[in-house]
Amino acid sequence: MSARSHSKRSWGQRLVILIPYLWLAAFFLVPFLIVFKISLSQFATAQPPYLPQFDLDEGLAGLKEFFSELSSANYARLVSDWLYLSSYGRSLAIAFVSTAMLLALGLPIAYAMARAPRRWQGVLFLLIVLPFWTSFLIRVYAWMTILQRDGLLNQALLAIGIVDAPPVWISTDAAIFIGIVYTYLPFMVLPIYATLERMDETLLEAAADLGCPRWKAFWLVTVPLALPGAIAGSILCFIPIVGEFVIPDLLGGSGTMMIGQTLWLEFFNNRDWPAASAVAVVLLALLIVPLILFQHVQARRLEQGG
Amino acid sequence: MRRGLSFVNVTALALGLAFLYLPILILVIYSFNASRLVTIWGGWSTRWYVSLLGNQAILDAAWISLRIAFLAACVATVLGTLAALALVRAGRFRGRLLFSGLVYAPLVMPEVITGLALLLLFVAVDIERGFWTVTIAHTTLTMGFVTVIVQARLLGFDRSLEEAAMDLGAPPLRTFMTVTLPLIAPAIAAGWVLAFMLSLDDFVIANFTTGPGARTLPIHIYSEVRLGVKPEINAICTIIVAVVALGIVAASLLTKLSGAKPESSGAPL
Repeated sequence: MSARSHSKRSWGQRLVILIPYLWLAAFFLVPFLIVFKISLSQFATAQPPYLPQFDLDEGLAGLKEFFSELSSANYARLVSDWLYLSSYGRSLAIAFVSTAMLLALGLPIAYAMARAPRRWQGVLFLLIVLPFWTSFLIRVYAWMTILQRDGLLNQALLAIGIVDAPPVWISTDAAIFIGIVYTYLPFMVLPIYATLERMDETLLEAAADLGCPRWKAFWLVTVPLALPGAIAGSILCFIPIVGEFVIPDLLGGSGTMMIGQTLWLEFFNNRDWPAASAVAVVLLALLIVPLILFQHVQARRLEQGG
Repeated sequence: MRRGLSFVNVTALALGLAFLYLPILILVIYSFNASRLVTIWGGWSTRWYVSLLGNQAILDAAWISLRIAFLAACVATVLGTLAALALVRAGRFRGRLLFSGLVYAPLVMPEVITGLALLLLFVAVDIERGFWTVTIAHTTLTMGFVTVIVQARLLGFDRSLEEAAMDLGAPPLRTFMTVTLPLIAPAIAAGWVLAFMLSLDDFVIANFTTGPGARTLPIHIYSEVRLGVKPEINAICTIIVAVVALGIVAASLLTKLSGAKPESSGAPL
């Protein structure tokens, strides 16, 4: 069958590829080219707010003039202005640390899920998935109530007597980490669980028979076997966390912003579309390696004949 | 070694689930709080739900979000299913690597980038921004999720059924309609539900691509939330949580019926 489809592809088969391809080219690929183009433009008080504008009526001369007016000034600004550099640095640092925290929390949970009796696993799977599909915005909002100065967390801490005075949670980095770990935990747990679920348990038996203690067997046998899932989960979390906007905006403080907030501010508050575009292009460049890895992982698991 | 849970395993599961569910539970309980102060318990009451019914702005926003989510989910399901067929069944074709990159990238792409890119496209081609631009944006965002679910199902079933139909002389389209489609239908339905949920949930991309007159529910909630925590918002959030929970249970039953193992789809779907 595949040989047949190779030699002669019918129109129907071509359409199956062509229709989604054209949609994605028009609404995902072309927009990125436009972002790149506008990142080379300058801010202007106009509608739309950037120059140069491309004018088809002026023909080749207009095209020449258009290209001569493009400049890399926005990128020069990104590199020279400490605000942008620290914003990128902070986003990457937060993404690294929170991905590590997610791994540390996600691995034991995924391991426990995989070790649970078979008939529970479907239910456990559903229980982990359910919060993920419960609106992202709502889950961040839920923490706003809990982390307030007179919120439930401080009420509980004061009641138990761990603290004498209510500590500040909201508008701190701690709140950002709590928000990120909370919202991304299912992304980390599920890929690791998927790998561990297929694990050959006789390996652990062999380790036990040879006198290896359980914690050591976990470290020497289970962890290496969970590695593909852990890598997939880490990529799945890391990429969107770097560009996160809602969590730092609602839970974080007014200090250094994450890069998603910087982009947002440039676009919505300063209306500097070229600067926002340059921020987006550099962010994309920083994420290109994890993005390629992600595509590779997905393609290997879900495709045939590629 | 027996399959079973040690004390450490049970603790990890219990703490993990408590961490995931306590905040949502607190939100739901406090939506029934009679007090206006969100951190002080003033007894049970449904007053915030009653006042929701009189809040025309929220009701309008919810109606717009539902219509966008319905349309976006329908188009995304068709496009996503075609993409899944192309990636699993079409073998090699020119531009395949770019195609699969374009299918998977929206799943993880930071939303600020996707939102900005789509908005700049809509400005460049001078479409009036509003209902339709958000619908197009959400279709693009969600189709990859449908693809991933349908792909897992397509890889899971026995190809020889299709080959038998072809050998008996059924043309490709007929084979697809009578053999393939019924087999992958539950996965397609699950994909639709998930695309619908994602569209209903999205704030960042909607905020970039919307225009006057198309204020979606997340945009409305966000603008309220930025001003502080409000009991009325707790009530609308509780309703959304209930609807989503029902939808997910339905979708997971469909996936189970289809025989596709949800965990093999990679993303937490």
